[in-house]
Amino acid sequence: MFRNQYDGDATTWSPQGRIHQVEYAMEAVKQGSAAVGLRSNTHAVLVSLNRSFGDLATHKEKLIKIDGHMGIAFSGLLSDARILSSFMRREALTSKMLYDRSVPVSRVVEAIGNKAQVNTQQYGNRPYGVGLLVAGHDETGPHIHECMPSGTTFDYVAMAIGSRSQSAKTYLEKHFESFASATLDELILHGVRALRDCLQQDQNLTVESCSVGVVGKDTPFDILDGARLGDFIQKVETTEGGRRGAHAVPVETSNVTPSETPAADQDTQMST
Amino acid sequence: MVTGTSVLGIKYKDGIMMAADTLASYGSLARFRDVQRIVPVGEHTLLGASGEMSDFAYIQEQLDKLLVADHLAADGHTAGPHFIWQYLSRLMYARRSRVNPLWNSLIVGGFRDGKRFLGFVDLQGTTYEASTIATGFGAYLGQPLLRKAVEGKEDTLTKEEAHKLLVDTLRVLYYRDARSLDKIQIATADASGVSVSEPFKLDSDWSFGADIRGYGAL
Repeated sequence: MFRNQYDGDATTWSPQGRIHQVEYAMEAVKQGSAAVGLRSNTHAVLVSLNRSFGDLATHKEKLIKIDGHMGIAFSGLLSDARILSSFMRREALTSKMLYDRSVPVSRVVEAIGNKAQVNTQQYGNRPYGVGLLVAGHDETGPHIHECMPSGTTFDYVAMAIGSRSQSAKTYLEKHFESFASATLDELILHGVRALRDCLQQDQNLTVESCSVGVVGKDTPFDILDGARLGDFIQKVETTEGGRRGAHAVPVETSNVTPSETPAADQDTQMST
Repeated sequence: MVTGTSVLGIKYKDGIMMAADTLASYGSLARFRDVQRIVPVGEHTLLGASGEMSDFAYIQEQLDKLLVADHLAADGHTAGPHFIWQYLSRLMYARRSRVNPLWNSLIVGGFRDGKRFLGFVDLQGTTYEASTIATGFGAYLGQPLLRKAVEGKEDTLTKEEAHKLLVDTLRVLYYRDARSLDKIQIATADASGVSVSEPFKLDSDWSFGADIRGYGAL
């Protein structure tokens, strides 16, 4: 039942100086399917892998629009992501109403970071079981931020979260220096390629299982669909030879342990 | 209740210019004669206030809180003229909705990112933008003079002409508005930032009307 006697709640330290409940919450992020975020000098892009909860179910959308200048991709508990996204939408709306200004991305990220941190310090609460990639564009340019259940937030050029996301990170680390000057289409392709590396051997990206969100200067946040999305996926899946590894160093996809990729239909918590 | 009278604001070639006297009256008593009614708010914005002076002090406190929050965030996002104008309108409207209004008419002026801004907010949260704005008594006696001199000439009016226009308009107000003073301040917002002048004396002529050429005497 218990892994040890110090993981009963979020406010108890272990003698090794760890808070197990927070670490478990971070594990929940890894159970969710992968999401990739990256930015150039003009745009920020989110790419996500959408899970289906069975043959009869549709794929669950993992990108959420927050405001005209901002959107998120999440990995982990969908219901927690909905709490955080509605909070972010409220912040965005308040800023528009009170100051006639789109809320600065870094400030709304800081606000949800603070909100998440409270849950790691108050007895009776649990940390959020979701990680976010926030893409936005404001007066200081395009941004990609990551928010973790621990309440920590980071500002990134490119980042990936979720199951098997290490493969995407490897791709991003190899190519990030070219992101700054990339066009929007190049940036999206980089994102889709990075995400494709997170797939299991027998899987391919489809317009149902892959979502792309873009935002930039004079480009309101938009989730691509139909032919435009299909073009990118087709380009990566067929024109470029399809299988991962063709363009990047072979990555340790085989190192992923079975426990990190549970069967989706066993997932009662709706990890997405 | 201690009140200030008119504030004037105009657009000119390089930015915006505002003017007001330094009097805060207690009813008809000229109670405080050295009150600054035009203040800088951050690096790009000027705020001028007529009406209740302690309410104006409260408004400045609220704006200071915003600026401190920006400073602490240190993320490159700072309050500009439009931002402050919108905030003030929400503040004033929220207070009037609690039936406890802040009894002021405000002029927000500023210059940021190559753009000038001049806007008005009153005790009900009413807002508008214009090339010339005047509050209080100035709305009746000053505004026509400002409009005649500024409208259509916003991009050609020089700093010197703007300065003279505001001084001349304040002089008219000084002659006609019994709650005004001949000690005034002129403030400018342009590409180099915002500045408020030291108070200076407004010259005026109080000789007997019948003896003045063009004012009765031949």
